[in-house]
Amino acid sequence: MATAILPGELVPAQHVNLKLGPGLLQASTTESPILATRAGALHHSPNGARWWVESNARRYVPAAQESVIGVVTARGGEAFRVDIGSAHHANLDGLAFEGATKRNRPNLKVGTLVYARVSLAHKDMEPELECFDAQTHKSDGFGELKGGLAVTCSLKMCRMLLDPSHFLLPFLGARFPLDAAVGVNGRVWISTKDAQTTIVATRLIEAVDPDGGGMDEAAAKIFFHKINS
Amino acid sequence: MLKFAGNRPPSPSIAEKDFLQDALRKKLRLDGRKPMDLRPISFSFGPELGWVDCSLGKTRVLAQVDAKMVKPLPERPYEGLITIHSEISPMAGPEYDTARPSEEEIGISRMLDKIVKRSDALDKESLCVLAGQRVWHLRLTVHFISDAGNMLDCAVLASMVALRHFRRPEVEVIGDEVIIHSPSERAPVPLALHHIPLCLTFAFFPPPSNPTSKNNEVQEETPPPIVLADPNTLEERLADGTLSVALNVQRELCVLHKAGGLPLEPAEVMKVVQRATFLVKELDELVEARLREDWEGRHVEVR
Repeated sequence: MATAILPGELVPAQHVNLKLGPGLLQASTTESPILATRAGALHHSPNGARWWVESNARRYVPAAQESVIGVVTARGGEAFRVDIGSAHHANLDGLAFEGATKRNRPNLKVGTLVYARVSLAHKDMEPELECFDAQTHKSDGFGELKGGLAVTCSLKMCRMLLDPSHFLLPFLGARFPLDAAVGVNGRVWISTKDAQTTIVATRLIEAVDPDGGGMDEAAAKIFFHKINS
Repeated sequence: MLKFAGNRPPSPSIAEKDFLQDALRKKLRLDGRKPMDLRPISFSFGPELGWVDCSLGKTRVLAQVDAKMVKPLPERPYEGLITIHSEISPMAGPEYDTARPSEEEIGISRMLDKIVKRSDALDKESLCVLAGQRVWHLRLTVHFISDAGNMLDCAVLASMVALRHFRRPEVEVIGDEVIIHSPSERAPVPLALHHIPLCLTFAFFPPPSNPTSKNNEVQEETPPPIVLADPNTLEERLADGTLSVALNVQRELCVLHKAGGLPLEPAEVMKVVQRATFLVKELDELVEARLREDWEGRHVEVR
């Protein structure tokens, strides 16, 4: 069930175990009304415990436990400064990698692409990143991304790509071997065996993006055959 | 360590740099275009005359023309005035800041000034109403909505189309009295434009180096650099220099702008200019067709 909502509107969400998702804010901790902070469609779970707003944007606001793709912009002593497209540059500690010790730190050059997890994100502070899974401390796919090409897309597109039931990545993967990393900060990294196929993949992503045309599955398949000649 | 993320354009990652160079070696562009093709162009005209929203691919620029009557400059009593406002707001991209004009903004302001004002595209004397006392002051405001590379060409195109689209109110001068007729009384009058200069930007990349030479002799001529028309964001940032050419359909060159970058042979510059003349002709046809289409859709009552 979805209704259109604009920022500043009150949301009638009442539940004992109320959980607010993206786009909703409770002004203070006591009995205060719940406000929407984004424009979009208001959704809630059937039992009314979880409420959230589905919206689209291109500028990323960091939130904890999200996987993002960043570019290393500076090395300061023990940590790296990484640009993840948010208002502040993020901090990636040199020891936040699998198997890193004081003597054995990864040597990332300025301009390297990294896939990391946001470990700390508050409104007015610099976000912090880690390149391993929180519990197991294994890299789990995080770390440096070598080669390939990174494209920017809207935030909704990234969420669509991460949805296992979406058609695009399985469709591409069935046609050629493909390595992909999706960051919820609006960046997608693709790596295939040669430049031509990577370009075809990135063009298809940009075409299916709701911001840039929003092709559906049938139109996307026709477009794919056209550009893959 | 604390620095604002704005003000500095994010430099492309190593992966993107390597990928672009590899793709260029194989003569591929990231959006599938041919090297000398422009991105698709579309115009959207506002309800007011002189309001144009121009898109060059994903780059989007809005231009608006406004007119009011003022006293002319004392040293030029027979000429009207035109001022251009073109500040880039952070709406175009997170790397732009309102506090300090970026290099790109200064470059675009200078080019707009050269193309719209100094090339005499607009007939300033036709803006004179009463010599020494009343002239038209045109204000061209350019808003940069989205930067996906090559904002300069988009801004110039939007500005020139807005000037063509705009109609100023008709004035009647009886002796020393000036009567301005509202658009509902008398049909407004188009601006007198001598010519329509349009700008085209080309990005240059060093030629792919030959790994081996056949004999041990010095190569007679270096291979020509790779030239791409209408660069997008990544191509613009990684290019070894850009060349902007402003010319009109009558094959008259108004501005040739090359600020540093890869040195070019005269023959290469001429090839680029030739291609630009062809592209300007196509652009001009598109502009005329769209302006005509829009004008037919507007209700003009003849009493």
